[in-house]
Amino acid sequence: MKQEKYQPTIGMEVHVELATQSKMFCSCPANHFRIKPNTHTCPVCLGLPGALPVPNKKAIDWTLMIGLALNSQVSLESKFDRKHYFYPDLPKGYQISQYDEPFCTGGDLETSKGQVGITRVHLEEDTGKLVHKKIKGKNVSLVDFNRCGVPLVEIVTEPDIHSAKQAKEFTKTLQTIIRYLGASDCDMEKGSMRLEANISLGKDLGYKVEIKNLNSFRFLEKAIIYEINRQEKMLQSGKTPTQETRGWDEKRQQTLSQRGKETAEDYRYFPEPDIPPLKFKKEQIDSIKKSLPELPTTKAKRFTSEFNIRPDYALVLVSQQETAIKAENLFKLAQKEKLAPQKVASDIVNKKISIKTKTPTQIVKALKAKQQSQVSDQNQLTSWVEEAIKFLPKAAKDYQSGKNSAIGALMGKIMGLSQGKADPQAVKKILQDKLK
Amino acid sequence: MDLAKQTLQETLSGLNNKEFSSVELVNSCLARIKKYNPKLNGFITVREEEAIKEAMLADKARKKGEKKPLLGIPIGIKDNFLTKGIRTTASSPVLDDYIPQYDATTVRRLKKAGAIIIGKTNLDAWGHGSSGEHTVYGIPHNPYAYGRVTGGSSSGSGASVAADFCFMGTGSDTGGSNRQPGSYCNVVGLKPTYGRTSRYGVIAMASSADCIGVLTKTIWDAAACLTIMAGHDPLDATTSTSPIEKYHSKITKSFTGKIGIPKEFLEGLDKQYVASVIKALKVLEKKGHHLIDISIPELKFAYPIYALTTFSEISSNLARFDGVRYGDNRTKFQEEAKRRIMIGTHSLSSGYADKYYKRAMKGRSLLIKRFKQTFEKVDLIAGPVFPFSPFKHGERETDPLKMYLSDVLTVPANLTGHPAISVPVDFVNNLPNGLQLIAPHFMESRLFQVGYQVEQEYQMYKRKPTLKE
Repeated sequence: MKQEKYQPTIGMEVHVELATQSKMFCSCPANHFRIKPNTHTCPVCLGLPGALPVPNKKAIDWTLMIGLALNSQVSLESKFDRKHYFYPDLPKGYQISQYDEPFCTGGDLETSKGQVGITRVHLEEDTGKLVHKKIKGKNVSLVDFNRCGVPLVEIVTEPDIHSAKQAKEFTKTLQTIIRYLGASDCDMEKGSMRLEANISLGKDLGYKVEIKNLNSFRFLEKAIIYEINRQEKMLQSGKTPTQETRGWDEKRQQTLSQRGKETAEDYRYFPEPDIPPLKFKKEQIDSIKKSLPELPTTKAKRFTSEFNIRPDYALVLVSQQETAIKAENLFKLAQKEKLAPQKVASDIVNKKISIKTKTPTQIVKALKAKQQSQVSDQNQLTSWVEEAIKFLPKAAKDYQSGKNSAIGALMGKIMGLSQGKADPQAVKKILQDKLK
Repeated sequence: MDLAKQTLQETLSGLNNKEFSSVELVNSCLARIKKYNPKLNGFITVREEEAIKEAMLADKARKKGEKKPLLGIPIGIKDNFLTKGIRTTASSPVLDDYIPQYDATTVRRLKKAGAIIIGKTNLDAWGHGSSGEHTVYGIPHNPYAYGRVTGGSSSGSGASVAADFCFMGTGSDTGGSNRQPGSYCNVVGLKPTYGRTSRYGVIAMASSADCIGVLTKTIWDAAACLTIMAGHDPLDATTSTSPIEKYHSKITKSFTGKIGIPKEFLEGLDKQYVASVIKALKVLEKKGHHLIDISIPELKFAYPIYALTTFSEISSNLARFDGVRYGDNRTKFQEEAKRRIMIGTHSLSSGYADKYYKRAMKGRSLLIKRFKQTFEKVDLIAGPVFPFSPFKHGERETDPLKMYLSDVLTVPANLTGHPAISVPVDFVNNLPNGLQLIAPHFMESRLFQVGYQVEQEYQMYKRKPTLKE
């Protein structure tokens, strides 16, 4: 039995519902969460005879924005296509999507384990929803068309992801970016962000397993870990996993086969004749590019360079746009008041202060008061240092013989003696001098 | 005088001069429909009571001084145009009991102009056909030769206007569906520029070729109706924003120019039938036009290009008729629709799309380019509408390929989006015939001006059919 380690190869497909007021091709309201079934509908999204789609400009702009935020190339010419398949929640018998000329191609997104390539970003319409119910003892399937025609952006990555953790990091970062753009609330619970992962092990084994309907980051992580193990075991016993679509079963904590994909479905794509091809001017794209807000990774880098914030703290702070904006205001105020922004950052990250309930001025005032009550008188500090060395002679010796960690015990004692008021930076310096 | 026998123009002036009322007008049309429609099969649905009620309202409004361009005029709406609250079948059993929730944009505009829908006219189911025979609501007869076809697919509008059941019938023209019944029924059949009129609310046949137009007794009538129906529609992304004109006020403006006659339009056609078209062109030459023999070799491929393009789109457009939300289930589709769905599905299938659909797209681009080049040299393109005279019911029905041949002269304008019109000319062996004129994009005015010159000469609208009870 071969016991080699296989390298997981993972690509993601992420669907995001845009936060437009109206649907993609008609003027019905786009919100559908907890709305009475079939009340946000019209001839267009119900697929009535004679109805025609008219594209929503805002949805197109937001798709371009998402692409630009992911460093994609925006095509100056693009079009919509019809993707045909039959399902009761697809009223026209085809979905208006984009096939060979998506709005955006290429691009990348940085993760801590390396760059993830973006294959394409395209715009399509969401489908309706099937509801399976028991009415008067009879099992029935009902269709709710409220969601039908809601603008849906699909982001497809290259198979550049190699672990469940990285997949989670990628999708979380993507979520943050899209939220920064204001293009979607990316709420997994409401289904406005949906994840699919394509997983295979090794290279070019000629199969890929697609896991659909992952509606939380936790499920995504669990499903990928499970799937890697499952495939590894199969490969080690000399079998090749089948190409198929699987789903995550939270109850059984495993992925389950949904349908085989040995023969690819034929969607009979062709250009949507009801919508003329779209042409963009370079200036139009440039102006969208200019309107992009500062994105989280750039913001984090700037926090480090401008305010000297630890990189890992910076990343935590930018993960929510609201927090990031408040934190930056605090940093600026702190600088004015001669407080180190890093100190503020540390207190926020370690949840010592809540920036949600207090104003920046209140926070800075409190921090300053704390700093002012600190004792930095050299004589007082020196006497506490001497007392601590007397009390912990072994620690002092250990430190002098090169055990750096021993200083912690001495510092603790000093802080205790001063009832927490000693300025730790100054104390540390005196202590180091004494024990030289 | 039978009020229904007037042209739309005459009727409007009569109403305005209070010579008769709208109620009298509607009654006159209804009387004819009652008498002749059971045999002629022009209408699928007739709105007797409602039309009279609406006429009474129109008369009241007119008395109050209301001025709407079609106030109180009974019109026919092809039964693939959605009409709110009025059954719309597309002539297919699939939609036999379908009652739409909304009006097509063109219907809305006609109603807003004061027109009264007197009924819904027969057609080849879903618009598939050039003879009118593909219907479950009785095959329309040619009003001038019972037992012969009307041309299609706007068969009912053609027959009903010719039979003086109404003053105008709407039509959708995807491959000649307005011009063909125009030619065979001795009425004017107009297909405007693609994008000039809204397709919203008309049951789609082939979206990239479908064009909404009219069948009328005269050029003025067609021009007046287009003025009402045309223009940008925010509900149809393919409509043009270019301004519309008051077409009917310009038809008498003199225009002479270069008329190109593609030799491919005349090859292998019924000689006698073509002769009557040539004669009409000579009339235009006498009026100062220059006739130029031209050649557009790609015209030979127009039909195959048309068939692959439209059948592909048809297979997609008919997918929504699944019986889940409305209509009957898909087993009710009949032979011609099924034939087109299957050919179209095949043409789009992976492994075949390169050979069929995509190749047709390339051919279509080439044809568009060639027409553009041609219109740099000529002001109009002219030719016959049909390659042969009105045939007998059932004569071509058995061989679909023979039937498809009927379309060779009309499909090019649909593929290139150019406006085209059929203008009645001399009968051949007592059977109607039409001259086809094709103009550059958005030059409908030119079609009307030259069409009017032909009409002035022939005045074919005066030759009424002998109807049978």
